[in-house]
Amino acid sequence: MRPMRVLVAMSGGVDSSVAAARLLAEGHNVTGVTLKLWGGESDSGCCSVADVEDARRVAAQLGIPHYTFNFADDFTATVVEPYVGAHAAGLTPNPCVECNRSIKFGRLLERAEATGFDALATGHHARVIATPAGFELARGRDGGKDQSYVLYMLAEADLARLRLPVGEMTKADVRAEAAALGLRTAEKAESMEVCFITRGGRERFLAERGVMRAGAVVDPAGRVLGHHDGAARFTIGQRRGLGMAAGERRYVLDVDPAAGAVTVGPFEALLRDEVRVGGLTFVADAPPRATEPLLVQVRAHATPVEGRLDGEVVRFARPQPRVAPGQVVALYRGETLLGGGLAV
Amino acid sequence: MPYLDHAATTPLRPEALEAMLPFLQGSFGNPSGQHAAARAAKTAIEEAREQVAAALGAKPAEIVFTGGGTEADNLAIKGAARSARDRGSGDGVVTTAIEHHAVLHSCDRLARDGFRVTKVGVDAGGVVDLDALAAALDDRTTVVSVMLANNEVGTVQPLAAVTALVAEGAPRAVFHTDAVQAAAWLDVAAGAAGAALIAVSAHKFGGPKGVGALVVRQGARLVPVIDGGGQERDLRSGTHNVAGIVGMAAALTATVARRGEEVPRVAARRDRLAAGVAGRLPDGAVRSNGDPARKLVNNCHLAFPGVEAEALLLLLDRDGVCASAGSSCASGAIEPSHVLAAMGLPVDLARSSVRLTVGWPTTEAEVDEAVAVITAGVERLAGRAGRVPARG
Repeated sequence: MRPMRVLVAMSGGVDSSVAAARLLAEGHNVTGVTLKLWGGESDSGCCSVADVEDARRVAAQLGIPHYTFNFADDFTATVVEPYVGAHAAGLTPNPCVECNRSIKFGRLLERAEATGFDALATGHHARVIATPAGFELARGRDGGKDQSYVLYMLAEADLARLRLPVGEMTKADVRAEAAALGLRTAEKAESMEVCFITRGGRERFLAERGVMRAGAVVDPAGRVLGHHDGAARFTIGQRRGLGMAAGERRYVLDVDPAAGAVTVGPFEALLRDEVRVGGLTFVADAPPRATEPLLVQVRAHATPVEGRLDGEVVRFARPQPRVAPGQVVALYRGETLLGGGLAV
Repeated sequence: MPYLDHAATTPLRPEALEAMLPFLQGSFGNPSGQHAAARAAKTAIEEAREQVAAALGAKPAEIVFTGGGTEADNLAIKGAARSARDRGSGDGVVTTAIEHHAVLHSCDRLARDGFRVTKVGVDAGGVVDLDALAAALDDRTTVVSVMLANNEVGTVQPLAAVTALVAEGAPRAVFHTDAVQAAAWLDVAAGAAGAALIAVSAHKFGGPKGVGALVVRQGARLVPVIDGGGQERDLRSGTHNVAGIVGMAAALTATVARRGEEVPRVAARRDRLAAGVAGRLPDGAVRSNGDPARKLVNNCHLAFPGVEAEALLLLLDRDGVCASAGSSCASGAIEPSHVLAAMGLPVDLARSSVRLTVGWPTTEAEVDEAVAVITAGVERLAGRAGRVPARG
């Protein structure tokens, strides 16, 4: 393989640490970068000083240069503010997806190209596969850790410049390799939460930004069943945390942020035959045929279900719980990501 | 490998290393003791104190050794403000918007403790606004802190005018100056003649890191920031950094002795650098930050419109050129410069600005290599930076 100049996005976690180590072992000219995206001096959440330090130490151990890029203003404008706005509008946003779209595979990929890197690498669990027809993105080897869903916006031209070295590995393999290399991140816990929300959780974060408006919990006929302290606390399909007395199981059917009303009802009322998808993009820049049976994934770790894409509408083979507007709808052919968009 | 970050730190002068070695090897005594080993260390420190005092235009008894420039600034500002408040003579603290964070954050701490803090603005060249300064002063002002020269753009402040205003508008105030950047290039004794407190840092003029000094003129009253065994006339407790102090004195003495020869040479290197970069780029592709008539001789601060400094620094580092931009936070990320913001530079130009600072070891060959690398990097990045592409 021709040695390439590769920029590795190092979060300070084990996956990107091993990604850098693997590229280096393959003989590439590797540079590490950690993104400062949020916050000032706080030592929690993303881009914390401790995480940057872990990335820097791993880079030093590998003997590669390491930089910190400050994309905090872009992150606020393209990830945090839209996240708050989406909640205010009653949507269910996925900020990691917006960060991938605008920051990692937007701003950072552009920076990598401008500074003469042949490729950008991350520690995502997904696989870039070269085929005669072009580059494809497939699910990661470790089904439980697959992250192709949050990469649905990548186009083939992006994949041509992207390396995902741990996509072929299971998480256990990654940790074992990190331990074998003596990397300090080998045992590091995974980050699970939205990185810019730290103390106080999502409700407090949204409340501080004025989008936790109290309102009524109503049934489909409009009868008031109770009250809540903020519609942004609820996601369509949610069952737990409704504060309802025992009785029949009820689910969030709809969220009306303008009225502050949260409608709840039985599971059957949640079922839909289709979902409309906005902003559709396709890896190969062309949609699949409307007759092709696809696998449709509507949440980060949901089991894919069968469906077809007809224009901007995904029609499910069997009725499915309503997809919350704002959620990613990703389309697959087997293990291969075709593209996706956001539920309307 | 062109090193153009001498304002961040500069190599140890050979004289400093030579002076330090005995105290890193055989002579290890604690100067506070009562025996031969202690006396040797004590003598070395007192000789160093005389050398530092002579170089800064102070008396030996006016020198307080500290653990660096930041500590000296903290002691000066917090020490003077708290002492004045303890005596009931006032609560006003006045500084400028372009000070080093050692000064600004000390003032912020005082503001949280109930002091009245005013940060005076500067003009487009980075010179303190004297009218605004005068307006900020009153008879309850206890500390005024204006740097001798700025650490980012190198602008030398009109301290004679400042001290005259302070004497008139804030008669009870102690005047402090952060001379950390200036000490390598300017005669501090003359430039800061009107200051009661003067902070310097050894590693900026060829001494070791982690040692500095504060001039505390007779009559200036401070409460300590660090309490303990009462060293340094009770103003800075803690066992002396003997080797560091001796190294600082040797470096400062050498700096003063060589100034007549080094300053014109460094100025010529800096001018060659600035002219070289400008000459190789099209009109409008580079502009200089900071008042050119008031710049430290080693400072070259350039904005490259349309080029992101973060990206440029990466390209420079790849080709062996060390430079800097803005100020670094704990994560190592470059934070937008508060100095450039105070000068009214638009954010995009501030993000396109890099600081290139030459030093006494800088050669013409280094400058020429740096010019080639910098201009190649700028050309590569010009017009390709800054946008978040529309996608999806």
